Amino acid sequence: MHANTFDRFEHRHSLIHRLDPRVKTVITLLFIVANVLLPDGAWLAFLAAWAFLLLLTVLADLPLFYAAKRSFIVLPFTLAAITVMFTLPGQPLLSWQMGSRQMMITDAGLLRFVSIVIRSWLSIQMAILLTAVTQLPDLLHALQHLRVPRILVAIISFMYRYLFVLADEAMRLLRAREARSARGWAGKSGGTIWWRARVAGHMVGQLMLRSLERSDRVYNAMLARGYDGRLLTLNPHRMQPGDWLAGVLAAAVIAGIQLLGRLPPI
Amino acid sequence: MSLAPSLFTSPILASATLLHIPDGFLNLVISLLCWLISLAVLAGAVRSTQRQFDERLAPLAGIMAAFIFAAQMINFPVAGGTSGHLVGATLAFIVLGPWLGMLAMTAVIASQAIIFQDGGLVVMGANILVMGIVPGVIGYGIYQMSRGRSRAVQLAATGVAAWISVMAAALVVALLLGASGTTSLSVAIPAMLGIHALIGLGEALITAAALSFVMQTRPTLVQDGAAVGQRRWVIAGTLVTLAVLLLAPLASASPDGLEWVAEQTGFLDTAQNAPYNILPDYTLPFLGETGVSTILAGLIGALLVVGVMFGLFRLLRRPRQAS
Repeated sequence: MHANTFDRFEHRHSLIHRLDPRVKTVITLLFIVANVLLPDGAWLAFLAAWAFLLLLTVLADLPLFYAAKRSFIVLPFTLAAITVMFTLPGQPLLSWQMGSRQMMITDAGLLRFVSIVIRSWLSIQMAILLTAVTQLPDLLHALQHLRVPRILVAIISFMYRYLFVLADEAMRLLRAREARSARGWAGKSGGTIWWRARVAGHMVGQLMLRSLERSDRVYNAMLARGYDGRLLTLNPHRMQPGDWLAGVLAAAVIAGIQLLGRLPPI
Repeated sequence: MSLAPSLFTSPILASATLLHIPDGFLNLVISLLCWLISLAVLAGAVRSTQRQFDERLAPLAGIMAAFIFAAQMINFPVAGGTSGHLVGATLAFIVLGPWLGMLAMTAVIASQAIIFQDGGLVVMGANILVMGIVPGVIGYGIYQMSRGRSRAVQLAATGVAAWISVMAAALVVALLLGASGTTSLSVAIPAMLGIHALIGLGEALITAAALSFVMQTRPTLVQDGAAVGQRRWVIAGTLVTLAVLLLAPLASASPDGLEWVAEQTGFLDTAQNAPYNILPDYTLPFLGETGVSTILAGLIGALLVVGVMFGLFRLLRRPRQAS
């Protein structure tokens, strides 16, 4: 597995790709925060926020619904919010008998549920967009400029570098298990559950020891190459006037959307 | 099993229990509060690990974080097409030591959010708290209570620690969602705990098995690592457990946090006559009898478990000291 598995679009050269990663990160966070602050049922503002997102996608030279297509990862979590439909007091829209309990969907509950789902859906699309238009090393470097502790950034960079190496290692372990324990019909598995858990646990332990040894070797190799605790980059990351302009423009749009969501309808 | 699709889905979906909170599900005040707590704890972690490992820290913690990530791909069939896998906090805390384990878990959570959008960005502080800090400290505290016992007792304690840590994480997620007005606690708490009681079993089995492997092949690794400050972590684990349990009634009693702050500061009034005034006078329905009783039942149950654990270790300790 290689890093490229995940960044198919980071290396393009669109207007958005060329922006300073700091601007992109701050705007993304601002967008998500503003999103969370929008009141329930601010449909116009939700629509405007999505339009803004699509505009950015087009400017970034990505397929129009690129982010939307990948946003379904939040779906399981919406289950957690479903209960709100039943418990918020309001006008009943739909009610039925379930066992001994009277189930009732209220208008206020439905409004809130739909708003929660839309908010999180918009937020995740923005996050997807951010990763699609920024190379991860740049993103991490931006975090460092934004005062995230250096050591945390360094740890995350290392993790990203070795993620693929160790994922490969894990795949090899899985393949070895597949090769040695033939699988029964219809997905039936052999052995007792204890035995299966023990095998998996031993694989995890094995992987851990290998990782620990690898970290030793990596550290020694780094020392041999002159590592002194600092991670250097060739990318200067200087804010250009264009970056400032883009940042201010985007912030203004986000503020406008917020206003739109809070104004009474005409 | 075809490996190609699992390559994509398993690091992502394996961890997609209901623990990675996406953006939009927590209100801003709760998110910021969680960031505050997480950052304070992480500052302690950075300080104490840097003293111990200096410039070695970045490669060590980074690669071990990648290990946790890769270890989450390793699953085993449980029953009916479901499979168990690792969440990882307890194992990370035990084999890496609590502070280093915390940093590794944080890196895992951060990159899951940044690279795979598994968990939100603004709520990342909450996710670090829920998956990195709370379960790790509780699990590690329980594990530390069994230090010095026989290997079988230690492994059993590890299993219990892993299970309880997953349950604690699930409970905290439910509480945060409830406090944000995103879900109803009286439903969310039993639902989350019910699902994670099963997920926790997989976690418990794998964690104990992995630890037993490490104990057999590299016993020094788990022996010297955390001999110092044992008691401190037992106390820390107990305190976090108590905090989680005491927060339960608090979260259910307080109204939507953001709304409360907004009312206090008159922030809602500045956004004048917004037509969406459901918020201000919105009374929480889960104050009803069922909600409180659920929470109380959960509290008593959890206290019972902690009490039984304490008693068990007391009993197991005595014959050893006599001999």
